[in-house]
Amino acid sequence: MAPEDVKRSPRQLAGRLLRWDVIVIALLLVVFRAGATTTSDFATSDNLSFAFGDLSEIALIALPMTLLVVAGEVDLSVASVLGMSSALFGSLWDAGWPIESIIPLLVVVGAVAGLVNGLLVTRLGLPSLAVTIGTLTLYRGLAYVVLGTKAVAEFPQNYADLATKTIPGTPIPYPFALFIVAAVVTAIVLHATGAGRAIFAIGAQEEAAFFAGIRVKRIKLLLFVLSGVVAAFAGAIYTLRYGSARADNGLGMELAVIAAVLLGGVDFDGGRGTLAGVIAGVLLIGLLRNLLMLRDVATEIQSIVTGLLLIVSVLTPRIIAGVREARRHPRGSISASSQ
Amino acid sequence: MLKRPMAAVALAAALALGAAACGGTTKNSSGNDDGAAATSDRKADPNAPIKKNLKIAFLPKQVNNPYETIVDKAGIGAAAEYGGTAKEVGPSDASASSQISYLNTLIQQRQDAILIAANDPNAVCGPLKQAMSRKIAVVSYDSDAAKECRDVFINQASSEEIGRSEIKVMSDMLGGKGQIAILSATANATNQNTWIKFMKDELKKPEYAGLKLVKVAYGDDDDQKSFQQTQGLMQAYPDLKGIIAPTTVGIAAAARYISASKYKGKVEVSGLGTPNQMRKFVKDGTVQKFELWNPGDLGYLASYAAAALASGQITGAQGEKFKAGRLGERTIGADGEVILGPPTVFDKNNIDNFHF
Amino acid sequence: MATTTVTKDTAPADTKGGRRLVDTVLRARELSILAALIVLVVVTTAVNSSFLSEQGVKDIFLNASILALLAVGQTMVVITRNIDLSVGSVVGLVAFASGKFVLGHDRNVLLVLILGMAIGAVCGLVNGVLVSFFRVPALVVTLGTLYVIQGLDYYWAHGQQINAADVPDSLLELGSGGVGGIPYLPMITVVVMLAVGYYLRSFPSGREFYAIGSNPDAARLAGLPIRRRILTAYACSGILAGLAGVLWLARFGTVVADAAHGWELRVVAAVVVGGVAIVGGLGTVYGAALGALLLTTIGSVLVVLKVNSFWQDAIAGLLLLLAISVDRLLGLRVTRALRRRNVRHGA
Repeated sequence: MAPEDVKRSPRQLAGRLLRWDVIVIALLLVVFRAGATTTSDFATSDNLSFAFGDLSEIALIALPMTLLVVAGEVDLSVASVLGMSSALFGSLWDAGWPIESIIPLLVVVGAVAGLVNGLLVTRLGLPSLAVTIGTLTLYRGLAYVVLGTKAVAEFPQNYADLATKTIPGTPIPYPFALFIVAAVVTAIVLHATGAGRAIFAIGAQEEAAFFAGIRVKRIKLLLFVLSGVVAAFAGAIYTLRYGSARADNGLGMELAVIAAVLLGGVDFDGGRGTLAGVIAGVLLIGLLRNLLMLRDVATEIQSIVTGLLLIVSVLTPRIIAGVREARRHPRGSISASSQ
Repeated sequence: MLKRPMAAVALAAALALGAAACGGTTKNSSGNDDGAAATSDRKADPNAPIKKNLKIAFLPKQVNNPYETIVDKAGIGAAAEYGGTAKEVGPSDASASSQISYLNTLIQQRQDAILIAANDPNAVCGPLKQAMSRKIAVVSYDSDAAKECRDVFINQASSEEIGRSEIKVMSDMLGGKGQIAILSATANATNQNTWIKFMKDELKKPEYAGLKLVKVAYGDDDDQKSFQQTQGLMQAYPDLKGIIAPTTVGIAAAARYISASKYKGKVEVSGLGTPNQMRKFVKDGTVQKFELWNPGDLGYLASYAAAALASGQITGAQGEKFKAGRLGERTIGADGEVILGPPTVFDKNNIDNFHF
Repeated sequence: MATTTVTKDTAPADTKGGRRLVDTVLRARELSILAALIVLVVVTTAVNSSFLSEQGVKDIFLNASILALLAVGQTMVVITRNIDLSVGSVVGLVAFASGKFVLGHDRNVLLVLILGMAIGAVCGLVNGVLVSFFRVPALVVTLGTLYVIQGLDYYWAHGQQINAADVPDSLLELGSGGVGGIPYLPMITVVVMLAVGYYLRSFPSGREFYAIGSNPDAARLAGLPIRRRILTAYACSGILAGLAGVLWLARFGTVVADAAHGWELRVVAAVVVGGVAIVGGLGTVYGAALGALLLTTIGSVLVVLKVNSFWQDAIAGLLLLLAISVDRLLGLRVTRALRRRNVRHGA
């Protein structure tokens, strides 16, 4: 590594800045600034607390999802676990169970749901995409079986307040505060511990990780269980926040979570990504939607914007990598497969 | 390493059981939410003029529903009449949580009035109460929200009248005897459920002893699902003689299935439908009679009610009156309900007079 | 993501025996779905004889046609180790577009079909280009295009509705009419299924789809035109989705913006239940179509048996999990058998 090193410095800087997660964070700031300056009601404490509140469940679920995607798997059943948890919540509440018993039970049910996913993937070696599409259908179906099409309401005020009120003096609702804490913990685990490095290794090259002594199956199993637990807990929060337990709560949310994770620059094939990017991705989608709604942009346009953002988010790193490859290996030479 | 999480799970389960043993907050023990329903310390001033430049917003069950579009458009037109501006916003899926995001936005935008057709009467309560506490007038239409969360409810027709007349129409067509089924919308829809309740009540009367309600099916206001539910009904109950579909999506789907099948002419289809959708089936004999009201009038009336509320003419109390443009003077009934009028019965004699 | 699956070509010294074994296994897979279907129908008819009446049978096939058509298209994509989540939105868009096209005019049915397939082809090509040329993961791309197409569809439709009354009779006839007692819709689906199935099986270029899905690196080294094949797969998926959109209009007559909303997961479920491996390289369109038929029939069966239709989703999910578990175990067994054979022949 000789004289090129010196020349590389500005290029290195450009390289570092051109990582997608950095771009997302920049985009987030741009959107926020644009919103704050153009729309008077955007940056108010009120509006932000709504925006953050709406995001709470998606944000929470995005955390274990990030870990899973980095490890090369995916869990599409999260929204159905949320729905099942909500349905169970309503059904038990209606039957007179105390709330202090219901919530721990929901967590256990979530763990079991995640365990099913995890066992099918690790013990039977099934692809997580197929498994979680199956459990997505199964769990949603169970949600309907449990609660039918009833909607249960009238939850105790103090618990509902916990889910809707903000920390006094800030625009941060309690569930979102929980997300912030969880996000910090997850970031530390992913980026600064051996476990996190193991997860990256599994995603990058599973067989090599296995032979390096990493207990691939155990870690994957735990990640799936974690995903289930968080989804179920998010279901409890969702129910209390909206004050309504329904079997169709969270329908379709898995796509929003995946979109946020992918938008945050996590490589879908595994092995790459940062949690900061995911946090930025979640906030970007949420705030952008909020801003567009405030400006009366039709829902449909919001959908189109989300879709385009998603495509751009994966396209850009490829194009950047492709350009870099082309510069490093001029045509004619054998280039390693740029994935 | 698996032991630790398993231990945690076991602990959680033990906690749950323990908490159950010690009792806790249950449905019966917790006081019901006494929330700050904005009881108006406003006083009604029937002579107050309608304020200029009112901003109102329509929030239907979902924006892709053609019926809701007609209602909202008329409401927006009415707003132009009294010098206000109105818009329609809403989710593309008929879910309660999507409506809440929109409610929050409308509150942020400091609308003068919000008109909502609720997907779930309770889920939208929180934000609606917030709106009311900020002096935003809340009017529900088509599908009511819980009554402490709104000022006025514009009902398209008396729920009781709709329910009972549906049974009467069907009974007349069947000669008072036979198995019937109901094809509804989503299972939580407030309006349909209220009508069905009255239908069931009407069936208890002795003159309908020959009619038997065998099933209430839910088509979720989804065309394909309603279509398949109709198929299923005919297969599960081969002696079915009549289907009542109190939803415009459901009746269109049911009529379409029956008219292309061997059951045409043998099974009566009735319910609530729009003349444009039903014209073909009335002409080919699949459907004899069906009912509806003018959805445009519903939106129009709701719009004026919102304006009256926002201008202080009414507060939503029983007995108050307000003027609703070309629909004349209206009186508020019990529980803040305003009724548009009796439903219109359509059949092949009059269907060509209507175009919506 | 998962480990490699069985490839169709085995050790050179024992090609015939190996292939025969694999073929048998695969055929057994499709037969097992057929068997499940027959059992289901028999049981239901025993309880309610009108299930197998002429009307009942017609209804079953009519209902399954559109899903089966989409399943055929999705199979082409899935066997190359990709996925197409945008099909539901494409059907919705095309159904509405065709509806607007025929509104008030009496258009030639063939013209409408071509228009629908053209729109579908464009959508499919967009997906295909992004996946094959830019090598973007299929899940992400098609998720993005799902959002975009859905947004476009809703924006255009916005509260409008196509009514059966406005659709010309010739088109509606396509949806519910038939010839010689057999409705058009299933006929179209069967013809398409046979054509695609024949191509995939008997043409070398068709078999390359399997090769690409089964081992992309090997396929690349072998010089297969991967990009072209993937592009073709997505284009076909799009065209078939477009066809399905027009047929949707013909069958249901009434179209709103969210027609076929959420169908993409149903299609993937049908395909997987039908024995197509989601990691690619395995499965046939016949299996996929049977899977679609099975899933649709369950829905009707539940209604007829007066079982709470809430169980439908739960059962479909269980079936899916069962299908992929069985496939996996079968696959392992076949791999083991082939390995034993290789050892025996010293390869």
